[in-house]
Amino acid sequence: MIELLGLGKTYQSKHGSFEALKDINLRIDDGDIYGIIGVSGAGKSTLVRCINLLERPTVGQVLIDGIDVTNYQGRQLLDLRSRIGMIFQDFNLFAQRTVLSNVLFPLEVRHDARSEALKQAHNLLKLVGLDGMEKRYPAQLSGGQQQRVSIARALANRPAYLLCDEATSALDSLTTASILALLREINRTLGVTIVIITHAMSVVEAACNKVAVIDGSRIVETGEVASVFAAPTAQITRQLLGLETVAAVEPIDAGETIAAVEPINAVEPINAGEPIGTPATQAPREAVDGDV
Amino acid sequence: MSELFTSEFWLDYGPLLGKASIDTLVMVLSSTLIAYVVGILLAVVLKLTEPNGLKPQPVFNAVLGWVVNMGRSLPFIILLIILIPFTRTIVGTIVGIRGAVVPLAVCAIPFVARMVESSFSDVHPGRIEAAQAFGASTTQIVTKVFLRESLPSLIRGAAITCITLVGYVAMAGAVGAGGLGDVAIRYGYYRYQSDVMIASVLILIIVVQIIQSVFNLIARRIDKR
Repeated sequence: MIELLGLGKTYQSKHGSFEALKDINLRIDDGDIYGIIGVSGAGKSTLVRCINLLERPTVGQVLIDGIDVTNYQGRQLLDLRSRIGMIFQDFNLFAQRTVLSNVLFPLEVRHDARSEALKQAHNLLKLVGLDGMEKRYPAQLSGGQQQRVSIARALANRPAYLLCDEATSALDSLTTASILALLREINRTLGVTIVIITHAMSVVEAACNKVAVIDGSRIVETGEVASVFAAPTAQITRQLLGLETVAAVEPIDAGETIAAVEPINAVEPINAGEPIGTPATQAPREAVDGDV
Repeated sequence: MSELFTSEFWLDYGPLLGKASIDTLVMVLSSTLIAYVVGILLAVVLKLTEPNGLKPQPVFNAVLGWVVNMGRSLPFIILLIILIPFTRTIVGTIVGIRGAVVPLAVCAIPFVARMVESSFSDVHPGRIEAAQAFGASTTQIVTKVFLRESLPSLIRGAAITCITLVGYVAMAGAVGAGGLGDVAIRYGYYRYQSDVMIASVLILIIVVQIIQSVFNLIARRIDKR
């Protein structure tokens, strides 16, 4: 179980401070595939990095299996991280290592016995459907294959948790579907609890049982995917679901009003039959500070 | 000039040029090696302590960066002279191969440090974050990510370092280091034996070409991108 209690993260810079996360309270139960959805700059990437402490929260606590890990340092911190797998939008595979060597990396870091590690790596590559690709290099693989390697790598230490940071955002829709199916299978067969960060409702719909919607650094809605989809309460959720349109520009200053100017809508009213989470419904919202 | 291609010329000057070539190579390779041992260490420290590095120490980083830049701005010929007492303490002499290797290495260290640092900077930050996420320590990130991922770039940088040092070795030749530069100056310049000078320069050109080709070949072999 992962619990975030009153979590906040403030970045200090020359231009002042920026609150990336405000009062985040979240419980992720064992066996969940938990979606955290929000637009760019909402704070979701910072949130997931607080779980394995790649980012230190400014306030609040991170509890893993009931143990407060917020202030872990040194060896304790490295051990904690090796028990939590992570995959990324750009895969972040090591370009100068073979597929096999990439999967071995987390085991190498922990100085695991070579023969055991090799067996584990081969099993994982079989699991993700990359049997026989051990000697290839990442540059020789497609995006979907690279993400499969990175999933195998993330599972090498037999983690109880797997964090996915926009893991399918760089992939086409068919590949996305197959990666999400793989994540569901891993959840079911290995019992790995999965946290999925995404900006696409279609990902939540396809893979998750629970969802938290994050907007402006806060969690604005949480619940079972079915109930949130059936009765979204927050405006941003309705927008992400394509039930409400988003203004393209800030309202124009009254002083500059030109006779013909009318409020502009970014997108045409959504056709009821259109799939949810199409890029057009999200495009108009500007990134606040890039994808933190 | 025409006697350059006769057998008498090579009988007379072949051994001299051969020994000078070997001396040049020994000086270049040994000073490159020493410069890399120290230069990589400096680059690691510079990279780790930079403001958004793994162990940020902005003030220390700025001071060290400044010292490295100072080292780079000193002309080699001045460095050669300033270092005379230091060279004498370390190797007991200021002439010959041993006397030249010390200033050559010292001169190359800041150059190598910046070259290696820039290779490190080309390692995608996401790969460093991935390594951190799997519980890699800072030492492991340096050896398993920075050094390993940037190896092809490091090898290309080493070719540039070696070739730059070929030029410096020739300069050191002017103050008694030996090598091809020394032969070119002593025989070609002072004694007006332009055939010897041309032969030395031709050998230098070949040496540079060989260094570049060998390093390029290795870099291409090991680069898996």
